Amino acid sequence: MSGSAAGWFNRRGWRDLIIGSPYLWLVLFFLLPFVIVIVMSFAKTATQSPPFAFLPDWPFIRFETYHRLFTSSLYIRAGIISVYNAAVATLLCLLLGYPMALAITRAGKSLQRLLIMLVVLPFWTSFLLRVYAWIGLMGKNSWFNKAITAAYNTFVPAAWELPGIQMMNTNFAVVLVMVYSYLPFMVLPLYANLEKLDGTLNEAAMDLGSRRWEVFRDITLPLSIPGIIAGGLLVFIPAMGELIIPSLVGNAGDPMIGRVIQQEFGQNRDWPMASAVAVALLFMLVVPLMLYNHFEAKAQAGAH
Amino acid sequence: MKQRSTFLFSVMAFGLAFLYVPILSMMFFSFNRSRLATVWGGFSTQWYGKLFSNSQVIDAALLSLRIALLSATLATILGTMAGLALARFRRFRGRALLSGLVTAPLIMPEVITGISSLLLFIMMAEWLGWPGQRGFTTITIAHITFSMTYVTVIVQSRLTAMDLSIEEAAMDLGSRPWQVLRDVTLPIISPAILSGWLLAFTISLDDVVITSFTTGPGYTTLPMLIWSKVKLGVTPDINALATVIVVVVAIGVAISAVILTRADKRRERDIQMAIAANK
Repeated sequence: MSGSAAGWFNRRGWRDLIIGSPYLWLVLFFLLPFVIVIVMSFAKTATQSPPFAFLPDWPFIRFETYHRLFTSSLYIRAGIISVYNAAVATLLCLLLGYPMALAITRAGKSLQRLLIMLVVLPFWTSFLLRVYAWIGLMGKNSWFNKAITAAYNTFVPAAWELPGIQMMNTNFAVVLVMVYSYLPFMVLPLYANLEKLDGTLNEAAMDLGSRRWEVFRDITLPLSIPGIIAGGLLVFIPAMGELIIPSLVGNAGDPMIGRVIQQEFGQNRDWPMASAVAVALLFMLVVPLMLYNHFEAKAQAGAH
Repeated sequence: MKQRSTFLFSVMAFGLAFLYVPILSMMFFSFNRSRLATVWGGFSTQWYGKLFSNSQVIDAALLSLRIALLSATLATILGTMAGLALARFRRFRGRALLSGLVTAPLIMPEVITGISSLLLFIMMAEWLGWPGQRGFTTITIAHITFSMTYVTVIVQSRLTAMDLSIEEAAMDLGSRPWQVLRDVTLPIISPAILSGWLLAFTISLDDVVITSFTTGPGYTTLPMLIWSKVKLGVTPDINALATVIVVVVAIGVAISAVILTRADKRRERDIQMAIAANK
């Protein structure tokens, strides 16, 4: 290379290029669209293309969408159902994922690798097909539903017996498939956390006469709280905004927020309302995240 | 001391069964002769034959692959740049904003990303006259945007863990910054870049929500085709398609695991040899 162009490139150009390109891209294709959504939430629907308009005079914006958001039972119910489904799915992922993560740390080194790969492998296959696999199992004609129904019928009195359990198109199905889809997100951070714990603490506690479950309660569990929170957020956040699972296996009468946004935008062509619901959903996600950041900053400060 | 616990291992066994029984059941019924997808009617491979002669499926798969290859490659370039910027340039104007922009897409629900991208494309068409038709380009742009941040996270954490003294040594020996980048930094973080590319590729190949918002007439990716079929119910040809995808992914994951483990081992060996040579 020769000349001033190369000199410029060495000094500043390469640095500007490396910072500038991703910056420009994210501002143009991520930040700007998001600003459009926020602005859109203050517009009103109109019979024109694109189907929205602002007021002709000052202050130009309307708060009608947000008024509807807090008064219409549709949106409030969708919010409650989303929080409920996401919270139950997170809890079930924790109850199943925690012992799994602990079991992996107790295995030998090469078995650990294999188990981690087995937990992660479904994540690399198609998300849609994993939901689809459960549609196959939950249908009333499937061997799975028949087996569960038979098991249920042997334990309940004859009057309660069922020809087949309704699994598809229920809230239960949504939670079940979310647990299935997001379980790896719970197991991996928990494993990373539990793996680092100092085993000598357990031994010391055992030597001092603690029982095994006491060691777990007093040492392992408190020390693994950061892993529990990280895993919990990784499950809770995508579960809150989930669209595919409730659309395929859920009950149309109990919509989650993601589905409401899609319906407002698609069928109803109410872009301002869809935008307002989207903004509300983001607020519901940002609050737990800020709590997490606060918590982590505190923990960091405590550690140093 | 590792104590055995029957409880932990039975939960582990249950968890693995929970993860794999639905997939195995789906694969099993792909060999079903019957049209009813969940009632066994004898062994048959007819659905695979139908699958591979279905031009709709083949076209959709090819479109998905083209989008995934292009978007993963561009996302890796942009994502690596952002990772370098955040890990190596301590101070520049708007650093906080960039680091926020890099984490935000990771928590942004797909529905919102999808709708906001669509609104952007509609507004751009309104104001600038571009893009006139949504399709390949708009899908690819949307995929790059949300997958590049995954690359950034991986590359950034690798760079933070990397020994700064190697780059400083190269600088002291007279390398220019871009030479250090080309000859030292990029080769060392190449496994992270490869993992980032693989993740971006998989995410793009798998995406249905964002694609469904940013696509246009005539551009049906494989997940969108599956989506439209799944909505109508369980059919044996999707079981066959799912089996093919699971097998391809399993092979891909196994191969990349071997490559990454080898690269790791080679790097460790190189470091060991370098240390030994300097003694």
